[in-house]
Amino acid sequence: MTAAPLPPRFRKRGLVEYAALLTVGALVISSLLSTAPQADALGRGLARLVAPSGLLAQMVPPDLSRVDRIAWKLLETLQMAVAGAALGLVFALPFAILATDRLSPHPLVRMAARAIIALFRTIPDLVWAIFFIIMVGLGPAAGVLAIMVDKIGFAGRFFAEAMEEADTGPQDALRAMGASRLGIIFSAVIPACLPSFTATSLFALEKAVRGSAALGLVGAGGIGVDLKVAFDLFNYDEALTIILMLLALVLIVEQGSGWIRSKLI
Amino acid sequence: MNVTLRPSKAPAGPAQAGSVLCVTGLTKSFGANDVLRGIDFTVQPGVATALIGANGSGKSTAMKCLIRLVEPTAGRIDLLGRDVLTLPPRDLRRFRSHVGVVWQRHNLVPRLCALTNVVHGVQSRSAGPRTWFQSLARADVRREALACLARVGLADKALQRVDSLSGGQQQRVAIARMLMQRPRIILADEPDASLDPQSGEEVMRILSSLARQDGLTLIFISHRMEHALAFSDHILGLQAGRIVLSRPTAQTDADRLRRFFDHPEASA
Repeated sequence: MTAAPLPPRFRKRGLVEYAALLTVGALVISSLLSTAPQADALGRGLARLVAPSGLLAQMVPPDLSRVDRIAWKLLETLQMAVAGAALGLVFALPFAILATDRLSPHPLVRMAARAIIALFRTIPDLVWAIFFIIMVGLGPAAGVLAIMVDKIGFAGRFFAEAMEEADTGPQDALRAMGASRLGIIFSAVIPACLPSFTATSLFALEKAVRGSAALGLVGAGGIGVDLKVAFDLFNYDEALTIILMLLALVLIVEQGSGWIRSKLI
Repeated sequence: MNVTLRPSKAPAGPAQAGSVLCVTGLTKSFGANDVLRGIDFTVQPGVATALIGANGSGKSTAMKCLIRLVEPTAGRIDLLGRDVLTLPPRDLRRFRSHVGVVWQRHNLVPRLCALTNVVHGVQSRSAGPRTWFQSLARADVRREALACLARVGLADKALQRVDSLSGGQQQRVAIARMLMQRPRIILADEPDASLDPQSGEEVMRILSSLARQDGLTLIFISHRMEHALAFSDHILGLQAGRIVLSRPTAQTDADRLRRFFDHPEASA
C-alpha cells in the first residue's frame, strides 16, 4: 500500500492576505512604539509607587472615618445607574425594533435608527455627561441622562441583533394569518428574544454601575465627585476607601445579576 | 390540464355554491427558474385535496402563492370569492385571516405556553395587547382558545410551555391556533413531514376530521402516499411546475401513486 502524501500544514495564502497581515503587524508595532510606556520610565514609576513615602504608603491603611457619607454617595451612584439603565433599556427597545430588517416599517427608518444607535454608542459616556451637564447642570440628573443615552446605544445594538437572529417561523405564521406588525413583535419576536434581552439588560446594569462612578469625575453626580476631591486634596487613604467600597458595590451587582441570569434564562 | 374537483365523499359541513378556489394559469419564476408553469385547477367547498409530487415540483410554492406569501409571476387566483392577486396590502392582510395555514414546522413560540400560542390565533380578527398573552386575553377569547385546544386533545396541557411538548403535540397546538382563526379554508404544507409515522398520522387524522366537522375545504401537501389516499377526496400531482395527475382519490390506489412518483410524466 502506498501512503498518501501528507497535506501541507498551512493553507497557501495570496499576496493580499500577506499584505493585510503585514499591515496589521506594522500598525500594532508602531502603536506600541509611539504610545506604550518605556521600560525605564515604568520602572521609575513603580519604584515611586512602592517607596516609603509613595502613593501606596499614603493609601494604606484606608481612612474609614467617612464611611457613612461614602455609603450614601455610593447609594446615589447605584440609583443613578439603575435609573439611567432602566430609561436606556426602555428607549433601546423601540430603536432596536426600528433598526431590525424584518420589523422596520421602511428602509430609511431602519437606516436612521441604526445611525442613532451607532451615534449613541460611539460617543463615550463621559462626553455625554459633559453635554448633559451643560444642558441640565451639575449633579446626578446629568449622570442619569448620560447613562441612558449610552445604554440606548449599547442595548439597542444587542436587542436588534437578537431580534435579527430570532426564529422567523413564528413571525411568518402570524403574518400569514393577518396579524399586525405590532402583534408579531409582541407575540413572537419579544418572547423569543427574552433570554437575550435579559442578559443584555443585566450587562447594561453592570456597565452602568461601573461607568456611573467615573461620571462623577466630570461633575455628573455620584461617588466619582468624592473620589476626584480625595485625589485632588491628596487624601489617598480616603480615595482607597472609596475605591474599595466601589469595588464591593460592583462585585455585589455582578453577583446579583449573575444569579438573576441563572434563574431567568 | 384544467380540472374541477368535486367531493367524492359528502362534506359534513354546509354546502356552498360555486368553487372556493379557482386557479388559472398560475406561473411563478425565480429568475430563470420556472417553478410553476401555468397551472389550472378548481376546488369545490368541503373537498379535501392532496397535493403530491417530488421535491422541487412546485407544491409548496403553489400553496404559498394562494395567499401571496410568494408573489406569483402571472395567472389568476380566485379564493373565497376574491381575486387574490389584485388585493391591496391592507385587504390582503384581512383576507389572509380567513385562510388557516398549518406549516411543516409548527412555528409556535417555544417559550410561551400552549394556551398563549392558541390565543395568538385571534390576531386574525382583532389586535392589541389583549391578544398577545393568555394572561391578558378577554375571558371569551381564553374560553375559545381552551376549546380549540380541547378539540385537538390538549386542554390539559394549556399552561405547559410549548418546548416541553412532543413534536406531535406541538403540531396539534399549531392546529388549535389555526382553528382559533375561524378559517374558511385550510392550507397544510406537509404537516406530517417532521413527525414520526404515528404522530404524523395522528396529526393528519385530527386535521382531516376537524375540516370535515366544520365543513372546511382542506388542501394539504404530503409525501406520504398513505396519507394522501386516506385523508383526501381528490389528488393533484405536480411535476416540474405542471399538474400531471388529477384523480378522485377513490379512483386511485397506492400502486398508481407509486408509479406517479417513479414516472410522473406517464401519469397524465
